[in-house]
Amino acid sequence: MEKNLIIDLKNIYKEYDGVEVLKNINFYIRKNEFLTLLGPSGCGKTTTLRIIGGFERPTSGELIFEGKDIINVPPYERQINTVFQKYALFPHMNVFENVAFGLKIKKLPKDEIKNKVINMLKMVNLEGFENRSIESLSGGQQQRVAIARALVNEPKVLLLDEPLGALDLKLRKEMQLELKNMQKRVGITFIYVTHDQEEALTMSDTIVVMDKGEIQQIGTPVDIYNEPKNAFVARFIGESNIIDGIMHEDYVVEFAGKVFDCVDSGFERDEEVQVVIRPEDLNIVDAKDGMIKGRVTSITFKGVHYEMLVESKEFQWKVHSTIMKPVDTEIGLTVIPDNIHIMKKVIEN
Amino acid sequence: MKQLKWLSYPYIFWMILFIIVPLILVFIFSFTTGDIRLNGDFQFSIENFQRFFDPLYLKVLGKSVNLALKSTIICLLLGYPMAMIISRENIKKRNVMILLFVVPMWMNFLLRTYAWMTLLGKNGVLNFLIKKLGFTPLNFIYNDNAVLLGMVYNFLPFMVLPIYSVLIKMDRSLIEAAEDLGANKVKVFLKIIFPLSLPGVVSGFTMVFMPALSTFVISRLLGGGQYMLIGNLIEQQFLWTGDWHFGSAISIIMMAFILIGMAITSKFDKEKEGGGLW
Repeated sequence: MEKNLIIDLKNIYKEYDGVEVLKNINFYIRKNEFLTLLGPSGCGKTTTLRIIGGFERPTSGELIFEGKDIINVPPYERQINTVFQKYALFPHMNVFENVAFGLKIKKLPKDEIKNKVINMLKMVNLEGFENRSIESLSGGQQQRVAIARALVNEPKVLLLDEPLGALDLKLRKEMQLELKNMQKRVGITFIYVTHDQEEALTMSDTIVVMDKGEIQQIGTPVDIYNEPKNAFVARFIGESNIIDGIMHEDYVVEFAGKVFDCVDSGFERDEEVQVVIRPEDLNIVDAKDGMIKGRVTSITFKGVHYEMLVESKEFQWKVHSTIMKPVDTEIGLTVIPDNIHIMKKVIEN
Repeated sequence: MKQLKWLSYPYIFWMILFIIVPLILVFIFSFTTGDIRLNGDFQFSIENFQRFFDPLYLKVLGKSVNLALKSTIICLLLGYPMAMIISRENIKKRNVMILLFVVPMWMNFLLRTYAWMTLLGKNGVLNFLIKKLGFTPLNFIYNDNAVLLGMVYNFLPFMVLPIYSVLIKMDRSLIEAAEDLGANKVKVFLKIIFPLSLPGVVSGFTMVFMPALSTFVISRLLGGGQYMLIGNLIEQQFLWTGDWHFGSAISIIMMAFILIGMAITSKFDKEKEGGGLW
């Protein structure tokens, strides 16, 4: 066992009324790690978080926290705090009382509570808000109170259930950076749930991609983006061109009627595979110089780049580029070996 | 909207005719003396109120307030856990349980109270069973406890339903948040669930206390003919003694007590909402 482990989920299985919600979830979280559970709604990410928090019991499996199975430990005895999706601030208490709640339960001396709460409010930029009522706060401020209320207890692990979901885009980006900085400063393990792939890529040390109650891939943001394990991950994390191909031998793949060099190995000879190429990795060249030849069929301005659909004989390619080619232009496309990602072919149902 | 305003006229007319006018009449009667059958013989007087301060009547008032408070508190102690149990069930069970609570209310209030008479009476169902088992029959009816039982039985739904409707709307994540912050079940109840359910408790309290204070049917049927609560006293003044002035004065006093009760409970509610329970 790794010495830095703080939480270890072993074969966590959960069903509600005969419906499988989680199918044998296995992953571990290191100390001080920022881990994100990423997936579409209904993928089981929130259920996983609630099991760690103690609000749900798995049907079977083990949840190891610092070496001990804590499945039977009620939430109020776990050294884990949660920032809830809709903040769940107590409406009958003011900001100070909300943040002080956990400390008062622990019966800390009054002065100490006051110090800690004031310091924590300072950290989340809510100095002077002590006596404000919850309903008088904006969404972003409520969010900070929720974070302060959890962090003031100095938990070993902080769980965050889509905490930025209710905020507008600008505030969200700000809070993403702020959260990441906070996590580095306080040195607490964060487990973060989101369906927003960009958020996950920005903040996480490790991403666990989930779908239909199963883990699809675990890895660093760079790994997950560049080396998606399957078509689901490739599609969910950013946009991709996914095309069937044949792996002739190590480092040689055929797709779109052409043979390409690539950097992947370890497949069977002539194994059927799926090839992922990100739209920004396709380079536009003159038609005669392209490995792939096609005709531009549509073009959309996206701000930083143009998105073009390029129709070739075998496939319709999505291309992101700062160069604009008008509709009906014949163009060529190239891609460097590094940007060709090979995945095992999965029969999707 | 403006054009539809006239639709409320019948209702306003109805209210004026059957609520405002009678209230004014009661008020006028309470501050006057004279024979109601002789026009113009009305004289302003506070005699009716002075008369009420006779220990005989004060005792009746004391007994009424005492019984109304007792029944309200019993209703609260029984009703709160009930409301909590119902609110935690799934929707199917919940609806059945609420239905079970409401069904007796579809039956006439008098009939339900008569039913208790046949249960508790000297030759009633309970005593019949006791006799069958070979014990001496007991006196269940025509005492304070029978009246109290009647009040609790009849008014319990009015306590359960408002508390239930507050509890059912309560955000479950608040309870989880409190647990998450280290509060065990007892503390979650004391610091989160109960303070947040106070509006329901307050309206349940008033909805039980008011009819319990003014009832005269339950006390008549289960307390016996000689049993006197403030409601019976008012009834007696209007129907038997014919002293509408004194009856009105007692009504005003009773209303004052109800208003005081409501003021206290609503103040209690506001304080808690603002400041928490700490």
